[in-house]
Amino acid sequence: MKIITLVKQVPDTWSERRLDPETGRVDRAVSEAVIDEISERAIEAALALKDADKSTTVTLLTMGPAGALDALRKGLSMGADDAVHIRDDALQGADVTITSRVIAAALLRRPWDLVIAGNESTDGRGGVLPAMLAERLGVASATGLDSFELTGGAAGGDLVGRRSADGVDEVLRLGFPSVVSITERMPDARFPNFRGILGAKKKPVEVLTAADLGLTDLHPAVSVVSVAERPPRQAGTRIIDDGSAAAALADFFASRRLI
Amino acid sequence: MTTVLVSIELTPSGDVRPGLADLVAHARSIGSPVGVVTVAPGDSASVTERLGAFGLAEVLVAESAAVGAADAEPRVRALVAAAAARNPTAVLIANTVRGRDVAARVAVRLDAGLLLDIVGLHAEGKRVVGEHSVFGGAYLTASTAGDRMTVATVREGSTGEQPSPVTASASALEIDDTTVPTAVITEATEHARRSERPELRTAERVVSGGRAVGSAEGFELVERLADALGAAVGASRAAVDAGYISQDHQVGQTGVSVSPELYIALGISGAIQHRAGMQTAKTIVAVNKDETAPIFEIADFGVVGDIFTVVPALIAEVEARR
Repeated sequence: MKIITLVKQVPDTWSERRLDPETGRVDRAVSEAVIDEISERAIEAALALKDADKSTTVTLLTMGPAGALDALRKGLSMGADDAVHIRDDALQGADVTITSRVIAAALLRRPWDLVIAGNESTDGRGGVLPAMLAERLGVASATGLDSFELTGGAAGGDLVGRRSADGVDEVLRLGFPSVVSITERMPDARFPNFRGILGAKKKPVEVLTAADLGLTDLHPAVSVVSVAERPPRQAGTRIIDDGSAAAALADFFASRRLI
Repeated sequence: MTTVLVSIELTPSGDVRPGLADLVAHARSIGSPVGVVTVAPGDSASVTERLGAFGLAEVLVAESAAVGAADAEPRVRALVAAAAARNPTAVLIANTVRGRDVAARVAVRLDAGLLLDIVGLHAEGKRVVGEHSVFGGAYLTASTAGDRMTVATVREGSTGEQPSPVTASASALEIDDTTVPTAVITEATEHARRSERPELRTAERVVSGGRAVGSAEGFELVERLADALGAAVGASRAAVDAGYISQDHQVGQTGVSVSPELYIALGISGAIQHRAGMQTAKTIVAVNKDETAPIFEIADFGVVGDIFTVVPALIAEVEARR
């Protein structure tokens, strides 16, 4: 089975994150860029399939600036076979329409059975890219899976996934090729070992531009009109409980007409 | 008046998600809402009746045998057919996991601009402008699809408006049953939930528990306060990861974003990822033993104390003052 795992580099959620007030884009200079935790889980899901069947190949694919190579190297050191890096200054600030067109074009360049992505990135949080890709590629998708398994091998087999979202538990079955997205309920990513880290430097990374993908008419469908920073919240009253805190809290609720 | 299509998400048992009220409210701010719903053959009448309660006077109903079996595709086709018939300025879909799948495919199929997780919507001339709350409300941004049709996913609970009921009239919408590859739903079970407790995303009040709650049994205390205040129950990721409560209660960066009138954080330290899901609440109250917990930096009222002492006393106070 040939798997392609989508990877995204994002600002660390443990640091302060900012938007560029002019463009509304994520300001990548102020926070440390890290591989998104959900991307690591998506790679882990692919590698678990490779552990079970050594003939499986795992290719990583990202779209991002030169620094996003670090995210790919991390995934390669975990055990992925190779990577594709779509890198083009013209793609800076791409919206989901452009991003899905570009990634779909890159996916059409090579054979694959399964694309695994995270359910949503921690910076964009849109959660629509996997289904947009599936729509552009004319394949089935199942998003937000908490777990999945393959039944009956790659030839004629199915993928069966479980999701629990918005108050409903579902079991979804789909054939190949297909696109799935996974949630943080999937297992934690493995740590790269020393051999993996050394080996990652020798693994092939194909670098592509939009022109390499035959895409020259890339116009965003959506543009940002305004960006406003909200004033940070101020701390209010704080008391130390000496036995009277419950009454003080009830008074506070009453003062705001909450009880 | 321009038409705004509103996609209706039904649960497996046929209930309408309460967040529909937000979709209808946002639709009204730019045009007149027309509901679009897909049901199993024969179910048109019963669903239409219930949609009037959400303020939808007009509903397009597509009956399809694939409803409940094929993931997303019946809803996608119904919206595409409705868009062709009514030429709407915008198509609004709940920002749920299933709603986002529908929105993604509809936006591509209609070559529309996709606005994600909007909390507000207005018209500027002929343009539809969506408002987004970014990084947990640290920023408010606005974006537009310009001259294109707008497809937008709407944050449930973003208006807090209660719809005025009307009598809904339905017209049948024809959708074709061509086969495209789709995931098939082989099992669907709704989570059992206490009917008297509000739904987390749309609740006006939320009481959440964190790691310091200590156990699944301890979470009963969180639930008791929630019930005393008529609130929904939330949790931090730490509490969910520890198995105290199921994941659909998770508030934060990778869970649900809420913006209630009142948010009470019990034993939650307030890591930046949790704050990202609740810091736009109108009033924030925190109870935590650790006086250095970052949650106090954003709390309107903070109590440094043991939740197991303060919360039972608070429940008694609330009940006594009723």
